[in-house]
Amino acid sequence: MIDAQKAGGVLILIPALNEEASVGGVIHEVRSVMPGAAVLVADDCSRDSTRSVALSAGADVLTLPAHLGLGGCVQAGYKLAFEMGFEYVIRVDGDGQHDPHDVPRILDALRTTGCQMVIGSRFCARVGNGHTSAPRALGITIFRLLLRPILGKAVHDPTSGFVGVNREALAVFGRSFPLEYPEIEALVVLQRRRFQFVEVPVHMLPRRHGRSTITPLKSMYYIVHVLLGVFVNILKVEGRRWFRLKKA
Amino acid sequence: MDRLLNVMTLMSLGLIVLVLVSVRRSHIRVEYSVSWLVAATVLLVLSRSRSLLEWLAPVLGLGHGSLVLVMLACCIFLVVFYRFSVVISGLKDANIALTQRVAILEFQLRALHEGQ
Repeated sequence: MIDAQKAGGVLILIPALNEEASVGGVIHEVRSVMPGAAVLVADDCSRDSTRSVALSAGADVLTLPAHLGLGGCVQAGYKLAFEMGFEYVIRVDGDGQHDPHDVPRILDALRTTGCQMVIGSRFCARVGNGHTSAPRALGITIFRLLLRPILGKAVHDPTSGFVGVNREALAVFGRSFPLEYPEIEALVVLQRRRFQFVEVPVHMLPRRHGRSTITPLKSMYYIVHVLLGVFVNILKVEGRRWFRLKKA
Repeated sequence: MDRLLNVMTLMSLGLIVLVLVSVRRSHIRVEYSVSWLVAATVLLVLSRSRSLLEWLAPVLGLGHGSLVLVMLACCIFLVVFYRFSVVISGLKDANIALTQRVAILEFQLRALHEGQ
């Protein structure tokens, strides 16, 4: 059973869906790099043996009784972490694309900068080749340009899921977290609270097993979906600003 | 136009009967049948009000009373669909919260058992 005090307040959250082939290796690497930290796999109702593999590898498993999608799965982990008193949560994907050796760098940035979120970026210091498909690279370029004026600063890798958050962000994300494609909208949710983020360079690796389900058509849907989500979030902010001004 | 009005009358009656049967068999909850019954009743009344449709046609800038009926039918069903989109969104949010809560409680319960 994970314990926030014993783990120094640090939780490594691994969202996983049908990742039996890779999740065990990810857990072993995370445990070797961060021996004191608690490791929690959020199993999004996998149909394979992800849960038993994760348990055998020594992780605790939060099993969702129904498939919620990445955002719902990550949010469940955030909620549990907040309720159990964790100070920092670092998300590492169960497909092995995030290098666990970068986790200490993200944790260090969370502790030293005071930012509510730290993004592991494959582009901010030209680390590795990024392993990005052409449609995704196009999407990243579009979102970089879009987010620059909204966030008030440049974000090099807005689609990165390799992120760390502190307890302030956990409290917010427990209440409000996008269900599908959460990374970019989460940045806008944080901006609404005037929270800060910083990027640190990380390595991104190719998937260890299986194939990505992202197709060119899904990439287009992704771009439209996220654009809509971003603008809806901006409207919420504008509405509140206007209301505050009126009251003042 | 008479044929269109008669067809609309039959369709409205058919919709009312279908909804009532569905409620009786518990396929639709009573609170969600109200929107459909109101929509069907409004269409039934309009389809039997030829003079009203002919009066509305020039007011709405339409050339014929039958177009008024078609336009109003579309508007009514758009409102019904919108209402159900709101309902479905609320249900989805509730489902997500419940699923997450069940998972968290199950996790904590298992930890309690292991602790004992």
